[in-house]
Amino acid sequence: MLAFTLRRAIQAIGVMIAVGIISFSMFRFAGDPVNQMVGMDTSGAERAAIRKSLGLDDPVIVQFGRYVGNAAQFKFGVSYQFRLPVTNLLMERMPATLELAICATIFAMVSGILMGVYSALRRDSWLAHIFQAVSLIGISLPTFLIGILMIYLFSVTLGWLPSFGRGDVVHIGWWTTGLLTLSGLKALIMPSITLGLFQMTLIMRLVRAEMLEVMRTDYIRFARARGLSTRAIHFGHALRNTLVPVITVAGLQFGSVIAFAIITETVFQWPGMGLLFVQAVQNVDIPIMAAYLMMVSLIFVTINLVVDILYTIVDPRLRSTVSRAH
Amino acid sequence: MTEPVLSVRNLQVEFASRRGTLRAIDGVSFDIAKGEVLGVVGESGAGKSVTGLAVIGLIDPPGRIAGGEIHLAGLRIDNLPPEEMRRIRGKRIGMIFQDPLTSLNPLYKVGDQIVETIRTHLNLSEQAARRRAIDLLAEVGIPAPEKRIDGYPHEFSGGMRQRVVIALAICAEPELIIADEPTTALDVSVQAQIISLIKRLGRDHGTAVMLVTHDMGVIAETSDRVAVMYAGRVAEIGPVQDVVKNPLHPYARGLMGAIPTLAGDDKRLVQIPGSMPRLSAIPRGCSFNPRCAFAFDRCRVDRPEPLARGTQSVACHLYDTAPAETAA
Repeated sequence: MLAFTLRRAIQAIGVMIAVGIISFSMFRFAGDPVNQMVGMDTSGAERAAIRKSLGLDDPVIVQFGRYVGNAAQFKFGVSYQFRLPVTNLLMERMPATLELAICATIFAMVSGILMGVYSALRRDSWLAHIFQAVSLIGISLPTFLIGILMIYLFSVTLGWLPSFGRGDVVHIGWWTTGLLTLSGLKALIMPSITLGLFQMTLIMRLVRAEMLEVMRTDYIRFARARGLSTRAIHFGHALRNTLVPVITVAGLQFGSVIAFAIITETVFQWPGMGLLFVQAVQNVDIPIMAAYLMMVSLIFVTINLVVDILYTIVDPRLRSTVSRAH
Repeated sequence: MTEPVLSVRNLQVEFASRRGTLRAIDGVSFDIAKGEVLGVVGESGAGKSVTGLAVIGLIDPPGRIAGGEIHLAGLRIDNLPPEEMRRIRGKRIGMIFQDPLTSLNPLYKVGDQIVETIRTHLNLSEQAARRRAIDLLAEVGIPAPEKRIDGYPHEFSGGMRQRVVIALAICAEPELIIADEPTTALDVSVQAQIISLIKRLGRDHGTAVMLVTHDMGVIAETSDRVAVMYAGRVAEIGPVQDVVKNPLHPYARGLMGAIPTLAGDDKRLVQIPGSMPRLSAIPRGCSFNPRCAFAFDRCRVDRPEPLARGTQSVACHLYDTAPAETAA
């Protein structure tokens, strides 16, 4: 078990180094950073001085080593547009994105699992058919369109919910949260639904398919032959077996939720990392783009690792194959 | 005579399909007495397993019991509300399925699955149920049961898993056990152990056993009586020695002729020509008539009803001594 975790951790580090190469090369191929920093009238000598002070004259490998070394300490340089350390900018924006992503994932998991279980157990009910139709919409409609439609309906027409921003936030240490104020909670509703809708339909369809599959297995038939109550069979036996793959998918999806937050944050002007990234792209602010890339990959890789470990906890068969293999 | 534990009368099971209704079981009747083992034998698709599932009430849509009656110790059970039938399953009727590798939920410890079943049916505390589970595992021959109870199904071999399945089937002291091909998925050496275990449990607890199998050898070893099924009907039923030594129905004769003996006589094994009809194309009259060497006109028109012949009962016109109706 320990060896397994360790091996996965080493693989994760490998992935991060690969991502580091890509994000480092952005600096080198997306134009001369010095040109981005200085004005039109800066002299060649001044440019050379800046170049030297930034270490851009060193061999590539030395620069890369320095970059990775700094990145490992979460130092990503200074933003071209804000003239502030990128790390501070990202940390400031991260709580907004994480809160949004977590709320969206909880929304997606809870409603996705409930709807999936319901439509598997009551396959022919009208509600199950409605769920199926809704899931088609959720899968096929682009996120930004759903967001805009919701803003039109709930903010513009009905005036129930704010159309942009996070509402009032409360500071807890360096973390800012919108969960403790009414306006913050109201502001979370539409972005969370917009961001979670795709995952919800994915989870719902997965749960439904898995549940139908599990209900056909011999051990469910045997559980029925043992006279267990319908509830024990559905929620004790079938659901737990269904959740093994669902956990994996939902966990892996959390990474893409954070990545897809870019669009949702833009639509709702949500002050998170995604919005920062979009602004950085518009202004060719490479340090932010590179740091964002690294952060998102780090989150992805960490989640992957956690999911792998969770998996072995849920499924005892994996636990023993894992320990037997080492 | 005391009332039989299980009494099935004229059972009919139908499956709705796109091409009309298929009748998988058509007029099956048999009894099983306390402590008796009834072997049910036949080719794949003869309706053996469906009969077992009908008795325990696990025929799923599109299938349904279309007619007949099933009585468990005098209580009619084929038309009980689902919730009452559920209480009977596992408590009064235990079931053993074919594949022990897939019968247990892989995510739960075997002990938890046994305790769960015990506590569903018997009013026992967690500790008492656990003690009972250990006793049951010991009874079905699992070594070191107090340790193995916390094992997961994948940590048991096939034969051991089938023992766990059997422990689950008998955990509430059922009056009837339905064993659906309990040895088919197992190694030959393990088969004999499982068979003798089922036999011993039936004897010790006075449980009636319905043993579904296509293995005549298993039937001959275990059963008191045997029912030979063909295309959803009982072709012949009787005490196992009589049916094996003196099969009456041409199909039963064919089956017995297809069993190799250890005597080493150079008799060729007899093969029944053709194959069992599909449910959608069961011939008129006796369903066996296209494959039967003795078929005559009446077999192609009239469906034979069971006739008593000594200890046996056979559904075949050859034994109808009553004046035959003039064949069409």
